[in-house]
Amino acid sequence: MSSGIRTQATSIDVDAIVVGAGGAGLWAALELAREGVPTAVLTKLYPTRSHTGAAQGGVCAALGNVEEDHWEWHMFDTIKGGDYLADQDAAEVLAREAIPAVIELERMGLPFNRTPDGKIDQRRFGGHTRNFGEGPVRRSCYAADRTGHMILQTLYQQCIKAGVKFYDEYHVVDLVFEGGNADQGGRCSGVVGYKIADGTLHVLRAKAVLLATGGYGRAWRVTSNAHSLTGDGMSLAWRRGVPLMDMEFYQFHPTGIVGIGILLSEAARGEGGYLINDEGKRFMETYAPKLMELAPRDMVSRAMYQEIRAGRGIGGKDYVYLDVRHLGRKVIEEKLPDITDFARVYQGVEPISEPVPVQPTAHYAMGGVPTNLETEVLASAGGSVVPGLFAAGEVACVSVHGANRLGTNSLVDLLVFGKRAGKRMAAICKSTALPRGTTGAEGAVRDEMLALSTRPTGVRPAEIRRALAAVMMDNVGVYRDEALLSAAIAEIGRLKEEYTRVRVEDTGSVFNTDLLEARELGYLLDTAEATAVSARARKESRGAHSREDFPDRDDAKFLAHTMIWRGSDGAPAEKIDYKPVVITKFEPKPRIY
Amino acid sequence: MDVELRIQRFDPETDQAPHWQSFTVPVEPMDRVLDVLTRAKEQFDGSITFRRSCAHGVCGSDALMINGRNRLACKLRVEQLGRTITVAPLPGLPVVKDLVVDMEGFFGKYRSVMPFLVAAEPEGSGERLQSAEQREVYDDTTKCILCAACTTSCPSFWAEPEYVGPAAIVNAHRFIFDSRDEAAHERLEILADEDGVWRCRTTFNCVEACPRGINITKAILEVSAAVGAR
Repeated sequence: MSSGIRTQATSIDVDAIVVGAGGAGLWAALELAREGVPTAVLTKLYPTRSHTGAAQGGVCAALGNVEEDHWEWHMFDTIKGGDYLADQDAAEVLAREAIPAVIELERMGLPFNRTPDGKIDQRRFGGHTRNFGEGPVRRSCYAADRTGHMILQTLYQQCIKAGVKFYDEYHVVDLVFEGGNADQGGRCSGVVGYKIADGTLHVLRAKAVLLATGGYGRAWRVTSNAHSLTGDGMSLAWRRGVPLMDMEFYQFHPTGIVGIGILLSEAARGEGGYLINDEGKRFMETYAPKLMELAPRDMVSRAMYQEIRAGRGIGGKDYVYLDVRHLGRKVIEEKLPDITDFARVYQGVEPISEPVPVQPTAHYAMGGVPTNLETEVLASAGGSVVPGLFAAGEVACVSVHGANRLGTNSLVDLLVFGKRAGKRMAAICKSTALPRGTTGAEGAVRDEMLALSTRPTGVRPAEIRRALAAVMMDNVGVYRDEALLSAAIAEIGRLKEEYTRVRVEDTGSVFNTDLLEARELGYLLDTAEATAVSARARKESRGAHSREDFPDRDDAKFLAHTMIWRGSDGAPAEKIDYKPVVITKFEPKPRIY
Repeated sequence: MDVELRIQRFDPETDQAPHWQSFTVPVEPMDRVLDVLTRAKEQFDGSITFRRSCAHGVCGSDALMINGRNRLACKLRVEQLGRTITVAPLPGLPVVKDLVVDMEGFFGKYRSVMPFLVAAEPEGSGERLQSAEQREVYDDTTKCILCAACTTSCPSFWAEPEYVGPAAIVNAHRFIFDSRDEAAHERLEILADEDGVWRCRTTFNCVEACPRGINITKAILEVSAAVGAR
């Protein structure tokens, strides 16, 4: 009998490491393969299980295939949607490079829906407008309502074709640093991977390491996120002295299935679906008369909460209706087949003939590991770089989404910056030598994992996870205030203390998911703490961060990115700094839709 | 209400052979089998082992044999099953532990059919054109999530583990009938092998097993016809 891990450790040398095999990781790996850089992709799942595959509605790019559109409009919408917190140089890169990225995906074989003349078809999506806010524009390129699935499949297919080396079901449990951690000027020189199939630890040494591990929606009780989205990359970097940026900005998507949070895509509203309250009224008229249901997600989620608080939830309960009946069977079945299936399977509701009950669901981290435009991870608000470490996709914060992400821009982000990561890493790999490597680099994490799995008594991980998810949902949700956030921070502190006594029942070495879930819980506690502490410090309301005690945006004090560092030895996070927002083309204005 | 959850258990570090274990688990009617497995793991035995990720039928992690049929645990409600839920690993693949099977062979077969677009770079900087009708021909087979429910429900696969299997043929179909692709002939050669399409006996188990509603037998027949006509 063993204790969850085997003591043997192997060492592998490559040039580049990609952690995570969703859209950002796969595109980076593809670029690295094209450049001939020896690369290892580690994923705790199989690549095709990654959560990019759950994205439904589409990917925006100003192709102008069905009506006039320009990347400047997309850039403006992204900045306004993000309540002017996005760095405008980054938003420009996003909007410009979205166009060649989408074209390249088509050339890789992605089966986009087509216009009558055979081009990539485009449809409306929340917050995407023509001529700087005049009205909705058709910008979202899509493959039915499984665009993310097709992106993931297409990129994985191309990686197979290019001979990319995958380490499937390897859980990365630590980042290896040389010359101290990131806050001591150290360099990232590799990772420690845990092979789930047999419990062995593997030290991989490399010149460049990319974090592409996604978000941490599992910190909330009602979430659209996969079980595997536990903030791994953010937490691993944070533990090594990397700050996390803008963690208080967490998006609640308006249309989750009641109680379980599974997403019903914004595409339903993009195709013309309504949101209605108990009086049968399209209540968005009151909140966003121009864009109605296609206002940005933070505004729609708040509007739903306001309706529910005013007693206009359906039957006085905590949800409203998404109504697509007027679209007719053909549109519903051809353009929204998956979400129609979700409503049928998970709610027993038939969208063709019945309205679908929905409520906001925890969906997306605007914040994360701070990077520059080349996806290099930042060590400070001044912009100094952590050598050897990169981040792209949801785990990263460039920042393109600012205080609130627009629909489809998550896919745009992972395509554009996944590709940039691969290119930048390839250049770095060609001009630097392999780090010396550290003997026994797996020692620290091995001790932590052994401690988890050899404790004879203690708390089950699930108990702590449930308590964490509850307090995040109740206190760090759509609306916040000082009292709620302080109570949340205290509770997270208590749970962190309890976590030091967490016990894993499974003591085997083979496929020990009990041990991995306990490990993931540690990551969730980190990301939850960073979120709550950053949220308490931001005494204003902006985008998805809505403080009832500070209802207005305060550009004089808070037109800046929060950067937060982890406390040492389990102490609460206290060190916070602010990084100025890059403003290039668009001066901040009030946000009206 | 309570259900009886019967799980096939196997720990390669301690067990000679698989055995069954039962748990009485409280459930709500709208719970999915995945919820019941999770509850059993959280409340009764942390060592119960299964894969899961998205929990809504799009990632393909939790295909299992549930009450005798291959299905996704996250797409099957307990009210569809009665009071006893019997869960076993997908048949025909080596068991790693409890409900987890070794997927390497399955993915190897997928990779063997050249599951990627092969086409010369088009001129210009724009997209290739494809009509809605041309896209419709292979739309169904783009839905595959590689969960392996189909391949491991196939009697031909059980009898002949070298058979490339329905999932790989579905993914070959997705490219063979894509108007943009130029390697149909090579894929058809691969599938003309004795372990290729001819092993299909049209028992339709795969169609019934597919959680994405793909008409797999139709796809296999179209590929077979193309192999015959090449």
